Amino acid sequence: MSEEIKKKFLYVNRKAPYGTIYALESLEVVLIGAAFDQDVSLAFVDDGVYQLKKDQDTSLSEMKNFSPTYRALGDYDVNKLFVEKESLEARGLTLDDLMNLTYEDEDDDWAEKSSIHVITRSELAKLMEEQDVILSF
Amino acid sequence: MLHTVNKSPFEKNSLSTCLSFACQGSDVLLFEDGIYGALKGTQFESEVTEALKKCQIYVLEADLRTRGMRKENLIDGIKMVDYGGFVDLTVNNNTVQAWL
Amino acid sequence: MKFSILVSEGPYQHQASDSAYLFTKAALEKGHEIFRVFFYHDGVNNASRLTVPPQDDRHIVNRWAELGKKYNLDLVVCIAAAQRRGMLDEKEAKRQGKNADNLNEGFRISGLGQLIEAGIQADRLVEFGD
Repeated sequence: MSEEIKKKFLYVNRKAPYGTIYALESLEVVLIGAAFDQDVSLAFVDDGVYQLKKDQDTSLSEMKNFSPTYRALGDYDVNKLFVEKESLEARGLTLDDLMNLTYEDEDDDWAEKSSIHVITRSELAKLMEEQDVILSF
Repeated sequence: MLHTVNKSPFEKNSLSTCLSFACQGSDVLLFEDGIYGALKGTQFESEVTEALKKCQIYVLEADLRTRGMRKENLIDGIKMVDYGGFVDLTVNNNTVQAWL
Repeated sequence: MKFSILVSEGPYQHQASDSAYLFTKAALEKGHEIFRVFFYHDGVNNASRLTVPPQDDRHIVNRWAELGKKYNLDLVVCIAAAQRRGMLDEKEAKRQGKNADNLNEGFRISGLGQLIEAGIQADRLVEFGD
């Protein structure tokens, strides 16, 4: 049944991590969803870009640091993480501030490539138009 | 695409973000607290009026009336729909994107 | 057309559950099919058997259960989100060693895969959240 249909799923993340649960529970959907062999992309817009910030240390806030989980996405064939350029710039961030998330491209001799793609709002808007199912967190 | 916005533009940037992502020919539905973005006389009126050039904007009548607003409070060009109309908007667009 | 509905917030705290309910009802009255209503994040609280809202206001949980019964809807509560928030059916309560369960009749607890399937199988997935 589900195996025959392949849809484009986009997970849109616009909220910062830890202040609310949306970032964590969004990631949980993505991980479970990975088993369904759909065409999955993630978008990080507005404060959502903060979810990928490196050096998250939750020892003093006593919350679980779930940022390492983003690193596992590559192993689940979730390797299209689109970060909106304008949201990064508005926050004074660059790609260097983000975690180094990679995957191994089986079509390119398992070469290690970046899963994060910084794209403009206009490029992301076009990508959104192509999606079949959009889940917002 | 049908874009839905349910938060007030005074509370969150969801309306502005939505309108900047909405492509030519999209539909936008303002409902719940999102109806405040549909009103004349606010600081968002010009932004919304500008957006009307590229997309059709709708407001859910139930949520408008619930908040003490009426048709005459709406920015010109914005259309009211009921829940049946909301359903039709989702049917007539390929995908729905909720801007929360 | 076949719809799946995602409810991402709890009853009363946000209007999301109300909007989702009225949308679902309107879709059904227009002759559309609802493949599944999936409750995630605080939305799992829409399945609580223990809510006691004021008598002169809508009973959100009962309303969903009644709509579900009338149209034979699949009202699914996410197990991971439910466990976090203390929403358990009888089986889960026993499994977790808890002395009570609180899932209202008409809802069932299941995994996140049901949400993905809901997106795959429906023509439209409509989300109500905050």
